[in-house]
Amino acid sequence: MIRNSASEMASKLASGEITSVGLTQAHLDQISAVDKDVHAFLHVDTQGALAQAAAVDAKRKSGEKLSPLAGVPLALKDVMTQKGIPTTCGSKILEGWRPPYDSTVVTNLKKNDIIILGKTNMDEFAMGSSTENSAYGPTHNPWDLTRIPGGSGGGSAAALAAFEAPLAIGTDTGGSIRQPAAVTGTVGVKPTYGGVSRYGLVAFSSSLDQAGPCARTVLDAALLHEAIAGHDPKDSTSINAPVPAVVAAAKSGNVKGMKIGVVKELNGDGYQKGVRARFEESLELLAAAGAEIVEVSAPNFEYALAAYYLIAPSECSSNLARFDAMRYGLRVGDNDGASAESVMNLTREVGFGREVKRRIILGTYALSSGYYDAYYGSAQKVRTLITQDFNKAFEKADVLVSPTCPTTAFKIGEKANDPLAMYLNDIATIPVNMAGIGGMSLPSGIAEEDGLPVGFQIMSPVMKDERMYSVGAALEAALHSKWGAPLLSTIPALAGSK
Amino acid sequence: MTSLSRDDVAKLAGLARIEMSDEELVSLSNEFTVILDAVARVQEVAGADVAATSHPLPLRNVFRPDVVIPSLSPADALSGAPAQEEQRFRVPQILGEE
Repeated sequence: MIRNSASEMASKLASGEITSVGLTQAHLDQISAVDKDVHAFLHVDTQGALAQAAAVDAKRKSGEKLSPLAGVPLALKDVMTQKGIPTTCGSKILEGWRPPYDSTVVTNLKKNDIIILGKTNMDEFAMGSSTENSAYGPTHNPWDLTRIPGGSGGGSAAALAAFEAPLAIGTDTGGSIRQPAAVTGTVGVKPTYGGVSRYGLVAFSSSLDQAGPCARTVLDAALLHEAIAGHDPKDSTSINAPVPAVVAAAKSGNVKGMKIGVVKELNGDGYQKGVRARFEESLELLAAAGAEIVEVSAPNFEYALAAYYLIAPSECSSNLARFDAMRYGLRVGDNDGASAESVMNLTREVGFGREVKRRIILGTYALSSGYYDAYYGSAQKVRTLITQDFNKAFEKADVLVSPTCPTTAFKIGEKANDPLAMYLNDIATIPVNMAGIGGMSLPSGIAEEDGLPVGFQIMSPVMKDERMYSVGAALEAALHSKWGAPLLSTIPALAGSK
Repeated sequence: MTSLSRDDVAKLAGLARIEMSDEELVSLSNEFTVILDAVARVQEVAGADVAATSHPLPLRNVFRPDVVIPSLSPADALSGAPAQEEQRFRVPQILGEE
């Protein structure tokens, strides 16, 4: 039952073959069985999930019309507030904090009767590409427990690959939905910036952060996308326009006559052999499905990583100023006569981990007088050039494609002491965030040299998210018929797995 | 090549309100030499004629109608407070003695 897709589970719920309580309990059992090894979850809300499931079953019994995913369980990245449920962002500074309000994403999940199983592990405040920066210990990749599950949303992606949940929520600032999806053989979508409300998403870099769906199939991602997206008056950067018709696109999966642009700069040197081989194979399958493959060039993408590591730290140095030990979260050193400033200094020293401090200091420097123009100002100009590159490329192609990341999952600890090597993981995902467009990663197979999953990235213009779902669904169908089954059916069994 | 000395990092840590050990200051200062070299590449491409982008959406200020809507109760707002007193956040001393 837990190995079904979310839409298969939804059909079985609708037909009465299974109940939401039974389905939820099956996932809670799987979490009990495997999460000691995977560590995808920071908090499991057993009682809340079962109560929510019982309520949905009762509604269904009474004949109430329910949403497409009603009764299906989901894992929530621990960066999203859920009223009364611990929300840590993977940080000691928020240990034990129970938010007094729901994020809009959670409000929408509850409205759609989607069952929230618990909160998933992540790099502290979403800063990282491996989930090793969590203050609560790393998450392990279900394909190989000695390897990283990607980051920052490694917990959400690992929960999907370990069949602990069929759906999850992620957030993507520079690749934190797509890169974990790629290295775990799952699907992850960063919608157009402003497509999903940021209200209640604990801010890292406000002009780049975007929440989105994580799933095991393109259709499941689309169903979740439509459930959480839409205009929200509580987020002033939320787009006031209809949600793109992503479910219809995922169901049709038609790419006949579509132009697919291969970004020349996001391939070649630095990309692992097996990653390149799977990418070429996917292009052939899309061509066979009726798409036209063209090459496009984006010469300024090579500066995207440098610009990102100025813009994101600059915004984070400002956003994380809110963790001041005064109104919520950790407070350290509040002895008689201690000043507010010394309490702040001590609390932030103890509460923040190494990478968070590194980025706050870097951002403070990039924004300081005398350096602002050279660093933050120049980075903002690069952002303009990247957007222009995208605009030109989208004149030649309906969507753009690339490998999602240069390599498959690396070993836990392998890059922990080399921040620059770690940052290179996001080289192909970052341009999307800089321009605010949509991006998807879906599994394109296994790299022969190491037996690990590879991701294929599809990028679509602002508010044309349906295009990446059309292409994703077409490629998924072609790959499934080639493999004879979904990629995750070949994942090694975890000890104790149901 | 740009570098940040231990004292530069100490000054920035002060501005960012983070207490740091000497060991931490020294190792961050070493890391920043490498990181700043990498990010300084942004200065190579964009000329004076390129406008800055601060945000992906062309938004101006967004306002809602000025009507009262429900908000957090005082108990909810104070629910995460490290310390509270008389329905207020209790905080350490902010001003000096005199």
